Amino acid sequence: MDATPRYNEKVVRQFTLVTVFWGIIGMAVGVLIAAQLLFPSLNFDVPWLTYSRLRPLHTNAVIFAFGGSGLFATSYYVVQRTCHTGLFGDRFKLAAFTFWGWQAVIVGAVITLPMGLTQSKEYAELIWPLDILIAVVWVVYAIVFFGTIVKRKAKHIYVANWFFGAYVLTVALLHIINSIQIPTSWTHSYPVYSGAVDAMVQWWYGHNAVGFFLTAGFLGMMYYFVPKQAERPIYSYRLSVVHFWALISIYMWAGPHHLHYTSLPEWAQSLGMAFSLILLAPSWGGMINGIMTLSGAWHKLRDDPIIRFLIVSLSFYGMATFEGPMMSIKTVNALSHYTDWTIGHVHAGALGWVAFITIGSLYALIPRLYGKTQMYSVKAISLHFWVATIGVVLYIAAMWISGVMQGLMWRASNPDGTLTYSFIQALQATYPYYAVRLLGGILFLAGMVIMAWNTWRTISGPRPVAQTAAATA
Amino acid sequence: MNNFWSLFIIVLALANIAGCWLLIRWTAKPRPGEASAEETTGHVWDGDLTEYNKPMPRWWLWLFYLTIIFALGYLVLYPGLGKFAGVLGWSQYDAYEQEVAAAEERVAPLFADYAATPIPQLAENSDAMDTGRRLFANNCAVCHGSDARGATGYPNLADNDWLYGGEPENIERTIMAGRNGMMPGWKPVLGEDGVKEVAAYVYQLNGRTSPNPDLVEAGKERFAATCVGCHGMDGTGNQAIGAPNLTDETWLHGGSIENIRDIVANGRTNQMPAHADLLGEDRVHVLAAYVYSLSHPDGAAATPGANESQ
Repeated sequence: MDATPRYNEKVVRQFTLVTVFWGIIGMAVGVLIAAQLLFPSLNFDVPWLTYSRLRPLHTNAVIFAFGGSGLFATSYYVVQRTCHTGLFGDRFKLAAFTFWGWQAVIVGAVITLPMGLTQSKEYAELIWPLDILIAVVWVVYAIVFFGTIVKRKAKHIYVANWFFGAYVLTVALLHIINSIQIPTSWTHSYPVYSGAVDAMVQWWYGHNAVGFFLTAGFLGMMYYFVPKQAERPIYSYRLSVVHFWALISIYMWAGPHHLHYTSLPEWAQSLGMAFSLILLAPSWGGMINGIMTLSGAWHKLRDDPIIRFLIVSLSFYGMATFEGPMMSIKTVNALSHYTDWTIGHVHAGALGWVAFITIGSLYALIPRLYGKTQMYSVKAISLHFWVATIGVVLYIAAMWISGVMQGLMWRASNPDGTLTYSFIQALQATYPYYAVRLLGGILFLAGMVIMAWNTWRTISGPRPVAQTAAATA
Repeated sequence: MNNFWSLFIIVLALANIAGCWLLIRWTAKPRPGEASAEETTGHVWDGDLTEYNKPMPRWWLWLFYLTIIFALGYLVLYPGLGKFAGVLGWSQYDAYEQEVAAAEERVAPLFADYAATPIPQLAENSDAMDTGRRLFANNCAVCHGSDARGATGYPNLADNDWLYGGEPENIERTIMAGRNGMMPGWKPVLGEDGVKEVAAYVYQLNGRTSPNPDLVEAGKERFAATCVGCHGMDGTGNQAIGAPNLTDETWLHGGSIENIRDIVANGRTNQMPAHADLLGEDRVHVLAAYVYSLSHPDGAAATPGANESQ
């Protein structure tokens, strides 16, 4: 039996480095648009620097460039390690194709979105030629991933791969169905859906992008790097079975909670709310399984900043997945919808969960990819942790307060039936919170810069000879 | 929704919920031969990855069951399962209409009282003007500004200078039915030079010195031939059709020589939307009184922006 399978680590290294790079770009754009809300003149009257064009660039960059590259890197790494075999299709350079293809999509987004070319579907703004490229890259990704599972040398499929598999499969489905468009030119097209149906398809896509891209994918990451870094067995196999199947089946129904009190048929709204509530327990199943994996090794929380990133990410995951079902309740939604509360909720998940689990996993992964025992500076990881944590807390707290305040101000009315506040008064009251949010964003971005420096120092040092041979094999 | 799709949704939704319940029951059951709580399952991945098979936390299972029971209860009470409208018969449309009807009933006497008061008197009623200010802030300020002083293209409502007349009934009509201001473009008729001449003439109508004094005389002739129909012989305009007075300091679309040339050449279309359907006659009456009060501060209770910081 071949003791050392030929792992493809080149593609993992490539995706890992661009994850850090796109993280900085995406978050820097986020910081800029947060500043524009406070100081509108920061768009310098340049059309491609306006909030409306940069906001989709920010969301696409952090979700698909930063998060997506991180998922590619870790899923390729994990599927090889836990299947005890190299990537499927390396002879045809399939994995390399997904790397360059995915980078082409991102560069395409960076060019077209500031030009104002958009499909106007949230989180699916990219124009149809880029949509087709995404679909092709994703199908090849699925072939590589599932091909590797099929040729695995381990008898059982490791739990991380269930989640990666669900994410790869479902994102293909979501992307293709939501992006069916009739082109009218190379840069413009019309969706085949119209009216409430279009809205429903869009939010079926939108919420499952949260459920399968930002949740299932990163749970896959969690299920490898938490037990690996804690050096403990996963807490409960049966818990992972229940929460996996419940999570992926229930998530499918939750989309309509984005369309409460709209012209979407009421039965769809109610089902969206009911299933969103059921989603609480399956979500928490993942948090419990991750955090309890650390039982018996709690001291590592104190000693190892990587564990701190991983465990705090699970805490934010638990918090965001409690908040989500709560906000899906119609009466709560009547207050929270269209306010900054939604923005706060999204960032509790995106910064606290997605970015933290990615950062923690990469800190564990990078030394392994470059034949080192640990990152160049463990202290810098610790510094990154605190800077980022303070950043997230400032960000979320500011948006909670301003969101609830906006909701209350918008609905306040007088005995004569008139609204107490004009929209502009609510906006004025929001300004201090915009400032706090900007500060939180700057701190989080600063953390990423620390990470980039630490990564550069780690990989630029000399490489041990034995490791070099194995890694380039 | 026909019966097939209704049934399709009901079956799919209930099957998924029931499936979750069965999944929990089935997985929670200990099986002979499986690893005990303190042992790993025996599978090893990547050298050292193993898993325990501990029982699921009881509180978590209860949480799961509770959400399922709540969801089922909700779907019995509220519309959710296909065509089944729910035991309560609740609907967002009914809920909205009931709330609006209740609010209308509450405020109707107040507004009926206001509606019976002529606008100049109403403009001196400070309660009515508080209401008017809030209506203005939420319906008019987006174009005319919180202080009602307008912006380029949006008339200043506080200066007692009126395009369509400032009598109470003029203001009320403007809000109720809206206005469409249309000045045609004259470039095809006047030509490049003609536009410059007319602009040079119009520029000095309010007493300024024209930047092209040599063109003024020619412009005057062209004005008499082309513009007087709407703006009058002396250029003081016509409120019946909303033709602006060109002899004062108010320039709705800008008063530079370039602005004037542009408007003479290309014309302007401007619109104030109708608010009758949005607000109803009684609220428009209060709003008209508020707008009236802005340019009649003497005796009127309200001054623009006085209560803005509340």
